[in-house]
Amino acid sequence: MNLRRLSAMVYKEGLQILRDPRSLAIALVMPLMQMALLGYGVSLDIKHVPICVYDQEMSQLSRSITQRFDAAGWFSTVRTLGSQSELSRAMDGGTCIAAVVVPVDFSRRLAATGSAPLQAVFDATDVNTSNIAQGYLLGVLADVNARIAADYRDAHGLRSASLGQVDLQASTWFNETLDSRNFIIPGVVAVILALIGAQLTSLTVSREWERGTMEQLISTPVTALEVMLGKLIPYFAVGMVDAGVCLALAVYWFDVPFRGALSTLAVATALFSLVILGIGYLISVRFRSQLAASQIALLVTLMPTTLLSGYTFPIDQMPRPIQLATLVVYPRYFITILRGIFLKGSTLADLWQPMLGLVAFAAAIVWLAAIAFRKWLD
Amino acid sequence: MNAAADAPVVRVRGLSKRFGTVRAVHSVDFDVGSGEIFGLVGPDGAGKTTTMRMLAGVMQPDSGSISVDGIDVRGDPELAKRRLSYMPQRFGLYEDLTVRENIYFYAELFSVPRRERTERGAELLRAAGLDGFENRLAGQLSGGMKQKLGLVCALIHTPRVLLLDEPTTGVDPVSRRDFWAILYRLRESGVCILMATAYMDEAERCSRLALFHAGEVRHCDTPQGLKAAMPGRLLAVRTARPRAARAAIAGLAGVLGALLMGDKVHVRIDGAEGRSAQLLAALRAAGIDDATVEPATVSIEDVFVALLGERGS
Ligand SMILES: Nc1ncnc2c1ncn2[C@@H]1O[C@H](COP(=O)(O)OP(=O)(O)OP(=O)(O)O)[C@@H](O)[C@H]1O
Ligand SMILES: [Mg+2]
Repeated sequence: MNLRRLSAMVYKEGLQILRDPRSLAIALVMPLMQMALLGYGVSLDIKHVPICVYDQEMSQLSRSITQRFDAAGWFSTVRTLGSQSELSRAMDGGTCIAAVVVPVDFSRRLAATGSAPLQAVFDATDVNTSNIAQGYLLGVLADVNARIAADYRDAHGLRSASLGQVDLQASTWFNETLDSRNFIIPGVVAVILALIGAQLTSLTVSREWERGTMEQLISTPVTALEVMLGKLIPYFAVGMVDAGVCLALAVYWFDVPFRGALSTLAVATALFSLVILGIGYLISVRFRSQLAASQIALLVTLMPTTLLSGYTFPIDQMPRPIQLATLVVYPRYFITILRGIFLKGSTLADLWQPMLGLVAFAAAIVWLAAIAFRKWLD
Repeated sequence: MNAAADAPVVRVRGLSKRFGTVRAVHSVDFDVGSGEIFGLVGPDGAGKTTTMRMLAGVMQPDSGSISVDGIDVRGDPELAKRRLSYMPQRFGLYEDLTVRENIYFYAELFSVPRRERTERGAELLRAAGLDGFENRLAGQLSGGMKQKLGLVCALIHTPRVLLLDEPTTGVDPVSRRDFWAILYRLRESGVCILMATAYMDEAERCSRLALFHAGEVRHCDTPQGLKAAMPGRLLAVRTARPRAARAAIAGLAGVLGALLMGDKVHVRIDGAEGRSAQLLAALRAAGIDDATVEPATVSIEDVFVALLGERGS
C-alpha cells in the first residue's frame, strides 16, 4: 500500500462527495430529517389512546385519578363503564385499547396499608400499542403517587418513609420518562449510518463503472486495497460526523438522557460504520450498475436496520424463532449497544456480547471487501 | 522489417479473446519499437479496443503473450502498468473534478514527484492549448478539450508505452493538430505509441499500421508498404454524377473495386491493357458523357477497402 496513492484516492472521493448535491443532501440533510421525523412527526408516541374507565368506588380520590388520564393528553376516556360485563363488551368490541378499573375499596386500602392496586386491562392484539399505553399509565400513576406523597406531607407535616402508593403491579422499562422517543432516537444513529451505506457507499464503485472512469483507474498502479480504503475513509468520516450530529441533537434538542461513556459509543459507532460501509462497498463492487447496487444495498442495510433490529419493536417481544433469526441481523447489536449506553449507562464490560457481535461482523465484512475488488474488465 | 524488429518495446504473440461465440481478437501478432506510432485500424467491432485493453492489462486474454518494455503483462500486469499509459475510447476522467485535479490525481497514482508534477502539468497543458482552463470542471470542457486533457493525464508520468484508443474521435481539426504535435514530440523522445484510429489521414501519419478485421490482423506494414501491396492499379474517374458512374463501372470485367471519394470515383483495375478505354465506353453507354479517367494517387483508404474487401467478400 502506498500512502500517496491512498491519499489521492481519499481526496478525490471527498471532492466528489462535496460536489455531488445528492450525496451532500444524504450526508447532511438526512440526519436532520430523520431526527425531525422520528423526534416529532412519526414519533411512536400514540396520543389519545382510547380507554374506558370503570370506577367502582366513585370517591373524590378515584375521580381525581381518572381525570388525570385525559389531562395528560395520552389517553381519551371514551366511555365510563358501570359493570364488569360492560367492560368485557367494550374490550371485545374494540371500543378501547385499555380499561382501568378502580376497585371498590381503593381509598380505604390506600389509607390503611399505604398501597392499593389499580387494575388495568390491555387489548394485546397490538402488543406495541398496548405496551406504550401501559407505559403511559405508569407515568400517570407516578404523577399520582407524587401528588399523594405531597398531600401526605402537607397533611402530616413530615417526611415519611412509607408513603401511599398506587401501583399497577406491572414492570416498567428503563425508559422511565415514558417517552417512546427516548427509546427510538438512539437508534436513529444506526439508521443514518445504514442510509449512508445504502445510498452513498453502494454507488461509489458502480458509478465509476457506469461513467467509464473505472477503465482508466484500473490501468494505473493503484491497488485493490487502496481503492477500497480510498472509497471507505471519506464515507467513514461522513458517517462519524453524522453520528455526532445525531447524538448532539438527541441529547441537546430532544433531551434524551445520555448516561454512558462517549468513548464506548464512538467505538461501537466505528464498528457499525465499518460493517455498513463495507457491505455497501461489497455490493458496489459486485453490481456494476448503480440502480442494482442501490436497490440491493437498501435491502441488506436499511431494511434490517429498521426491521427486526429492535429499532422500533423490542426484540424480546418478538416470537421466539424470529428472536433467534435476529442474531444475524447485525444492526441489532448496535441498537442494543446504543440503547444501553444512552438509557442505562452501560459500560464496555456490560456490552461485551453485542460488541463481540459487531467486531465479528466488521472483521468479516472488511476482509471480504478487501479481497472483492478485481482490477479487470469482464 | 524496420526499427521494431531490433528493439521491440511492445511484443504481442498469438493474442486471443472471445466473448461467448464472438472471436473479438484472434491470434494477433505484432511488434512495436520505441519511437514508433503504431496505428490500429479497421472497421467497427474489428477488435481494436479489445486488443488495447489486453495490452493495458485491464482485460485478461484467453491466450497469447504480451510483453511491454520487457515485462510480461499477463504475468505481472501491475508492474507493466507503471510503464504504460492507457487512454480508453470512452472518456475516462472525472467530470466532477477540475482539469488540475484530474491531472494531479493521476500524477499521484503514478507517484510523480510533486515538483515534476507541477512543471510537467503546466507544460503539457500549454502544449495542449488548455492553459487557462486549470480550474474548469472536466465535464464542462468541449469534446476536443476533454480528449486533450485525457492525453495530458496519460502523459503526466512519462510512460514508456502510450495506448490511445481513438483519441481524436470527435475532435476538431485544430485540436487534432495540437494532439499530433504532442505525439510527434513524444515519438522523438522514444515513447512507443499505439493508437486506434478511424481517421485515414491519421493512419497515413503512423509509422506502421495493423489492419484489423473480424478480430484478426490482416496486414501489418508501413503505409507505403501497404499501398505497394495493394493489388491492381488505381484510376480516378471525375464526373458530375459520381454515384451513377460508380454504379455503371462496378460490375465491369477487370474492375476490382470502385470507391466513392467525394466528387470522384476511385476505380481499382487489374493490369490488363486498355482498361481506361473500356471504362470510358461503359460510362458513355450509361449516359455519362462528362467523365475523365486518369491515374490516381493511392490513399490509405483505397488500400483498406482493397485489402479488407478482398477477403471480406
Ligand atoms: N465486454 C464485451 N462483452 C462482449 N462482447 C464484447 C465486449 N467487448 C467487445 N465485444 C465484442 O468484441 C468485438 C470487438 O469489439 P471491439 O470493441 O474490440 O472493436 P473495435 O475495433 O474497438 O470497434 P470500434 O471501432 O467500434 O470501437 C465486437 O464484436 C464486440 O461486440
Ligand atoms: Mg473500439
